[in-house]
Amino acid sequence: MRLSHPLLPYLFLIPACAILGLFVLYPAGKAIWLSFTDFNLITSSHFVGWDNYVRLWADPFFWGALRNTLLYLLVAVPMLVILPIFLALLVNKALPGIRLFRALIYLPVVTSLVISGLVWKWVYEERGILNHFLLATGLTDNPVAFLTDPANALFSVMAVTIWAGMGYYMVIYLAGLQAIPRHLYEAAEVEGVSRWQQTLHITLPMLKPSVAVVTVMSSIAAMKVFEEVYVMTRGGPLDSSKTLVFYLYESAFVEFEMGYAAAIGVVLFAVTLILSLVNLRLLKQEG
Amino acid sequence: MTLPRWTPAQKRRRDLLDAALRYAGLLLVTLLTIGPFLWLLSTSLKSGSENLFAYPPSLLPAEPTLSNYARVFEGQPMLRYLANSLIVAVLAVSSNLIFASLAAYPLARMRFRGRRWVFGVLLASMMIPFQLLMIPVYELAIALGLQNSYLGLVVPHACTAFGIFFMRQAFSTIPAALEEAAIMEGVSRLRIWWHVLLPLSKPSLATLAVFSFIAVWGDFLWPLILIDDPQLYTLPLGVNRLASAFSMDWRLVAAGAVFSLIPILIVFGFSQRFFIEGALKGAVKG
Repeated sequence: MRLSHPLLPYLFLIPACAILGLFVLYPAGKAIWLSFTDFNLITSSHFVGWDNYVRLWADPFFWGALRNTLLYLLVAVPMLVILPIFLALLVNKALPGIRLFRALIYLPVVTSLVISGLVWKWVYEERGILNHFLLATGLTDNPVAFLTDPANALFSVMAVTIWAGMGYYMVIYLAGLQAIPRHLYEAAEVEGVSRWQQTLHITLPMLKPSVAVVTVMSSIAAMKVFEEVYVMTRGGPLDSSKTLVFYLYESAFVEFEMGYAAAIGVVLFAVTLILSLVNLRLLKQEG
Repeated sequence: MTLPRWTPAQKRRRDLLDAALRYAGLLLVTLLTIGPFLWLLSTSLKSGSENLFAYPPSLLPAEPTLSNYARVFEGQPMLRYLANSLIVAVLAVSSNLIFASLAAYPLARMRFRGRRWVFGVLLASMMIPFQLLMIPVYELAIALGLQNSYLGLVVPHACTAFGIFFMRQAFSTIPAALEEAAIMEGVSRLRIWWHVLLPLSKPSLATLAVFSFIAVWGDFLWPLILIDDPQLYTLPLGVNRLASAFSMDWRLVAAGAVFSLIPILIVFGFSQRFFIEGALKGAVKG
């Protein structure tokens, strides 16, 4: 548009660019630089080349944390992709009170993960309510050590991540469901096609783009799991629930090996960047 | 596959059955999502004499009492935590709304050199995980004297690339004619932004506000590393402190957790429509 000073657009952009530049772009470059140093906040730092990465390669704790994060991708992500489809199908109907139900299912999403983690720590207690339920229904004979057994801890934490996130993805699917042209169902209805067949042959295929988006979004989220771990297990027992971000936090702010932690951050960044680029592709395809 | 068509009676029966099954499913799912919170509430109201691990567990407190809340308030500055959370949230949300919508204006409605470039950088900055940034930002915050300050807590939320994209989307749906008329009248761009664009984007501003509120309200990692003065703890840090201070006296931890949930429940109760809309726009239009 004419009639405006050529510098005007930049004036509007300056505050945002200044903040993002100072607190996102500059630190991003700095983080990559730090990953090549032995920066620790206390003594002066030196350039150490690829040392941090070489050390990562040989560090069993790093591989353990990476393994746990990949397990998140393999187990929690499919759950977060599939379960919310059922939830969305369930709430996608104009029934009395449906908005309240949607809100109640969404509630864990707005709750701080620290609070959710604490709540579940209590639910998971050896003599807690979940074990009581499992014993009462005969699903187990002995109380399950949800958070104290290395075989269970990661999956117990994962369950909380799934519980806390599924409402969010439900809403995304709900949008996908409501974008499906109604006439498809009307035609099927006239033909006498059963609801089940309609779901199978109309709804699910039309939901594919949403599935793709949710897959990527939940993968990015799974890469960053921290609060649940911090509150419920501190990565234990025996590092069995230590995730990449928890290890990053520990290296930087407990061990004060910030150069090393920065290298973990770069690995995290590389993986999320790939996932984000896939996400972008998908969003573009969707229009 | 062609089946015999449904008679109206069959249809009605089918709809009733469908509704009944749905309600059953909904009750089951909501029990799963709010059950842990109800259990927390019940625990927070149980008196000291009641066995928390009674078998079978008692869902309702035998003698409901608020004494756990009183004790938490005696032992911990809960109102201080609440005030800190509120101050940080108000500062962060309002600055994000202002700076994001300022930047969104030229990106949505003006042509200028370097526009694509700005877009690219914004998009790139959206893909950088905060966990990568936190070490240098921590170092920077210390260098700027922002440790143990509200400003330090606000900084990572003060302007988000997501917010800029979100507001740009909102602005680009507003008819250009409105703006052109104002330009003919000689109204400045800043006034157009304030008097034309912002009022017409209220629903989007509300959605963005709700979303940034959730992000800053629930933030834990950044306050955890930045703040070591308990006087500046936000609610998540406060409740976390509670959990270690009372070494798992669950009545007290539960009371603190319930207290910290109240504000978010109020916000959520009044604005759930914006949450749902926001999740939709955020996901689909990013």
